[in-house]
Amino acid sequence: MKNIHKSPWLLHYDGSSCNGCDIEVLACTTPVYDVERFGVVNTGNPMHADIFLITGGINSQNEEVVRQIYEQMPNPKVVVAVGTCACTGGIFKECYNIKGGVDTVIPVDIYVPGCAARPESIIDGVVKAVGLFREKHLKEKEGEKA
Amino acid sequence: MEELQKDIYKIEKVELLPVIMEKKNDYWRLLQICCAFADGKYEVTYSFASGYEIANYRLVVEKDEEVPSISRVYKAAIFYENEMKELFGLNVEHMKVDLQNKLYRIDAEVPFMKEEDK
Amino acid sequence: MPKRSIVPFGPQHPVLPEPIHLDLVLEDEKVIEAIPSIGYVHRGLESLVTKKDFNEMVYVTERICGICSFMHGMGYSMAVEKIMNVEVPRRAEYLRTIWAEMSRIHSHLLWLGLLADAFGFESLFMQSWRLREKILDMFEISTGGRVIFSVNKIGGVLKDMPADMLNQFVSILNDMEKDLRATTKVFLEDYTVKSRLVGVGILTKEDAIRRGAVGPMMRASGIEVDMRKTGYAAYNDIDFELITSKECDSYGRCCVRIDEIFQSIEIIRQAVKKIPDTELSATVKGFPNGEAFVRLEQPRGEAFYYVRANGSKFLDRMRVRTPTFANLPALTQTLQGCQFADVPLLILTIDPCISCTER
Repeated sequence: MKNIHKSPWLLHYDGSSCNGCDIEVLACTTPVYDVERFGVVNTGNPMHADIFLITGGINSQNEEVVRQIYEQMPNPKVVVAVGTCACTGGIFKECYNIKGGVDTVIPVDIYVPGCAARPESIIDGVVKAVGLFREKHLKEKEGEKA
Repeated sequence: MEELQKDIYKIEKVELLPVIMEKKNDYWRLLQICCAFADGKYEVTYSFASGYEIANYRLVVEKDEEVPSISRVYKAAIFYENEMKELFGLNVEHMKVDLQNKLYRIDAEVPFMKEEDK
Repeated sequence: MPKRSIVPFGPQHPVLPEPIHLDLVLEDEKVIEAIPSIGYVHRGLESLVTKKDFNEMVYVTERICGICSFMHGMGYSMAVEKIMNVEVPRRAEYLRTIWAEMSRIHSHLLWLGLLADAFGFESLFMQSWRLREKILDMFEISTGGRVIFSVNKIGGVLKDMPADMLNQFVSILNDMEKDLRATTKVFLEDYTVKSRLVGVGILTKEDAIRRGAVGPMMRASGIEVDMRKTGYAAYNDIDFELITSKECDSYGRCCVRIDEIFQSIEIIRQAVKKIPDTELSATVKGFPNGEAFVRLEQPRGEAFYYVRANGSKFLDRMRVRTPTFANLPALTQTLQGCQFADVPLLILTIDPCISCTER
């Protein structure tokens, strides 16, 4: 477990997004943008994941799902909100079924703006998340020693 | 049955089921059902298509009036009817599968109606 | 007596890019019934008509779905134009057609990739998405956006594609065609791929009509309907054949979509040859009053737009019936009696777009 910070795993969940950011996140894992060169791997299981990429706003039904996934992830964990909707609710903020950004439910560490967020900025967000994950991990280890 | 504009016909409630049965027997497919609320009345539009032909039948009902369900004739209508019931509060009778306003599971009650119309 | 059990599927599942939940009633490994439950992406954007005016709604409708975003904006604009009797300049119609066909290619390639991922053929997934990036680059050059373009407006389009850009696009597509043939050949001829697709998820012609299926789902069951043949935008000037399949299974749907990719390339070639030189948009005065419906062919099938206006800035009602909403009853039909392991694949063969469905 000593070197876990070197290769964090990604989990992607689509909140109530329009699919735009969602597809861009997937596009980031394919050869042209290839976010995996930074040592991350896309996974489908929350219990394996260290970085939580979430697109889209929060509505009354996916609120519980997001919270549950967040709780299933092991500590330390980093949450990245991808796209304007995940940051604030975006264009759908005034809709009756949108509660707002992801930070209304779980704490968010990194915000990636854009409608739809560009792959370059998603990669930037992921790289920042990898750095933050390492920091959090080292802090936790020091806490254990003390 | 009266023609409102091209391909849109206004029908009475008693005509609805005979019209639907006729469409079904002619192998028309259900294109959509749309609900709108205007001037204190519900407008329910049933659209059918066969090839490139299209026919829309419009039913105008009062606020508390019931609308007969067509989901026993066209199974695909289940989703549309539950949607109308949940979003507009339209009273659809005898649906084949009544999801009890749990299609979208929203918090807001009949969100497509304005406050003063509720 | 086999044991019955209910297995929840989704909303977060490795094979699903988008959240949908199914309750699968199983008898051992066989699915007896599938009960979909939706609502994870429901935003209620049709209700925004009371808050945004009819011009701004173009940008809202684009965001119904990030995959067919262009066609949503186009369908809504066409409905409002029909109410206001606006004559859209021919060049704008042609540009819309070209962008719409580019959307179709990118959507079908995206679907092919996800399908490959669903049966565990990862390199094929990567190959399809690598090809798709070329289309996205073309979108970026011509509109500035990769998934959301915002080039439609009521009365025409906002951006032009100059002749040299169009010719460059055609040569990119010509080069791409060879790569596409090589990649799609794997889908059509590979033994392992075929063993997952052939005979899986049968939807007969009768069921397709009764369940109201649309688009490739319907054409793969042998029904010859393609809304592009009604001649909206510039399709009335373009010569193309309907693509259908008699297979009625997942393989048939795959064939139809693959053929449509090549057909779209051909349509773009023809459109580039015939594009006239006119204005980009007509002037639009006043507010819409009346109602109109528009049907158009999206990558996933026929979409239905209904707009009802009252003569003011804000519309009374805007309704979009998206193709996946119409295909859901057909999905529950194909899931009945299938093997549990085929469920992810069958969900994908309708090319689901959940954010379209729930709006």
